[in-house]
Amino acid sequence: MKILVCISHVPDTTTKIKFVGGNQFDKTGVQWIINPWDELALTRALELKESSAGKIDNVTVVNVGQAETEPTIRKALAIGADNAIRVNSLPKDAYGVAYQIAEAVKDKGFDLIFAGIESSDFNGVSIGGMLAELLDMQSVSAVSGVELDGDKFKIKRDIDGGYELLSVAAPLVAIVQKGIAIVPRIPNMRGIMTAKTKPLAAVEGVAVDCVSEIIAYEMPKPKPPVKLVQSAGELINLLHNEAKAI
Amino acid sequence: MVLIYTQNWDGKFKKLSYELVSYGVALAKQLSTEAVALSVGNVSQDELKTLGKYGAAKVVSVNDSKLDVFDNKIYSKLISQVAENFGAKVFVFAHNNEGKALAPRLAGKFKAAVVSGVSHLPKSVVPFIISKPVFTGKAYADIKINSEVKVLTLFQNSYGVHENSVQTTVEELNIEIATPSIKIIDKQRATGKVLLTDAEIVVSGGRGMKSPDNWAPLEQLAEVLGAATACSRPVSDEGWRPHAEHVGQTGKIIAPNVYFALGISGAIQHLGGVSNSKCIVAINSDKEAPIFEAADYGIIGDVHKILPELIEEVKKLRA
Ligand SMILES: Cc1cc2nc3c(=O)[nH]c(=O)nc-3n(C[C@H](O)[C@H](O)[C@H](O)COP(=O)(O)OP(=O)(O)OC[C@H]3O[C@@H](n4cnc5c(N)ncnc54)[C@H](O)[C@@H]3O)c2cc1C
Ligand SMILES: Nc1ncnc2c1ncn2[C@@H]1O[C@H](COP(=O)(O)O)[C@@H](O)[C@H]1O
Repeated sequence: MKILVCISHVPDTTTKIKFVGGNQFDKTGVQWIINPWDELALTRALELKESSAGKIDNVTVVNVGQAETEPTIRKALAIGADNAIRVNSLPKDAYGVAYQIAEAVKDKGFDLIFAGIESSDFNGVSIGGMLAELLDMQSVSAVSGVELDGDKFKIKRDIDGGYELLSVAAPLVAIVQKGIAIVPRIPNMRGIMTAKTKPLAAVEGVAVDCVSEIIAYEMPKPKPPVKLVQSAGELINLLHNEAKAI
Repeated sequence: MVLIYTQNWDGKFKKLSYELVSYGVALAKQLSTEAVALSVGNVSQDELKTLGKYGAAKVVSVNDSKLDVFDNKIYSKLISQVAENFGAKVFVFAHNNEGKALAPRLAGKFKAAVVSGVSHLPKSVVPFIISKPVFTGKAYADIKINSEVKVLTLFQNSYGVHENSVQTTVEELNIEIATPSIKIIDKQRATGKVLLTDAEIVVSGGRGMKSPDNWAPLEQLAEVLGAATACSRPVSDEGWRPHAEHVGQTGKIIAPNVYFALGISGAIQHLGGVSNSKCIVAINSDKEAPIFEAADYGIIGDVHKILPELIEEVKKLRA
């Protein structure tokens, strides 16, 4: 069986966000990372492969991006992915990215495709579900656990106030969130060395219309300074009478 | 036409669905079109009619025992059939687990843009421009949608519930539903507690609480306030509190009316999950803690000393 992990290349979570010209994200000095969810998904994919007694024999990562994303992809290879696909195309909107991934992987026979619930840059919450639709595959979202169970997958899905354990046949798209793995794997020395020679295929993107575009950015309005009080009584009084919040 | 996907819990609507209807109806008005509210599952006529209080003139109900399993493929097919039936061009979902699972599938089906986590009506409808948070709340982007079909997910507790009573007609649709391909092996659901995502008041603890044994007063404060409890990531990573309580960029993103941050430093990743709260209250012994930059009200002091006092003050207020 084969697992695909979709990885998004995003600014480090502590990045100070700046814009130039009103509608361009300023990339100067930005550190790039694998989107935190995708890092956890990759970690889980590798664990599944290792504990499958050879049943899962491949973990591939895919990214839609231009050459600048290669260090991020190499990091995924260093963490342990077997090979990578980079669809050479500048991501413009979610539909375009999902379409590019679908075109690149549709006849490759992946049994399980992981996507994160959202990218920490544009918070699209889109790619996983769109990809499943474009590939006409089953999808399960809010996934916080995956196990191999014969030819099927046992999936833990979070619901309001609890969870469901599901049995889902391959192929499927699992859209993951907290819990899928607890600590992301980090590359070791051997991983970093072997990553250099692992296959990273750059394939050309296909033409696809843009269904949406960002026309402007705005920063949140600055908050008035905090009102500091001395006592619990004062605080509750303000929350009740001034903020009318309790 | 605007199609509003409502959600029910054991046949009952919560505030969430009334907010979705309030939003969808206002959006339809802005677009000079109609809104239709879709209900999936076993919901009584009387309950369906309550949507009319928020402006839903037409409610469509689909009920079939095969829908007891939330199968994304079946649900999205069903919604697209209803949409085609009524000529829906705009979809409104909740920005929660269910909405996040379905909205992108619909967008994929209709080659449409999905804008997730909106809290306001569009800035303009021709062209269609709507604002959404990006960089986990550090900025907002104005998105222009070019596709004819548009899919939106609405941030819970952002637009609010707006009463606007109308005459409601309920139509039961018979749609053939396929057998789900996924099977539920087990299901666990806590009942009786205020759900974090529904809560209007949230009391949250961080590492400054020092030990899991110190949570009793925090829970008691939540109880007297009718609030849900939450925590920072290290607290759930340490196993002090369940993972479901973790809020922040990598946990739940919430927007209650009041968020109490007790012994939480206010790291950027934490704020990403709570910065949309209408009012943030911080209690921290370190006056330099970044949480005070995000907070509306604060006390600099020892949380262990202040918590019991807060409980007493809320009790007095509620008495
Ligand atoms: C990729 C990534 C994603 C992350 N996602 C999240 C996320 O989703 N959510 C999240 O919360 N974090 C997240 N983090 C972690 C985040 O960076 C912080 O480490 C974390 O939020 C700190 O938690 P804390 O405030 O509980 O602990 P600390 O930072 O240790 O703060 C404890 C606070 O308690 C105060 N304190 C101590 N004693 C007392 C006392 N007696 N009375 C009052 N105050 C006291 C201290 O002054 C301090 O401000 C993420 C980090 C990364 C790298
Ligand atoms: N450019 C991309 N290339 C590959 N996968 C992506 C890309 N962008 C997003 N994804 C995947 O889709 C998930 C959700 O991202 P989004 O829908 O953009 O919020 C991410 O966690 C990734 O798994």
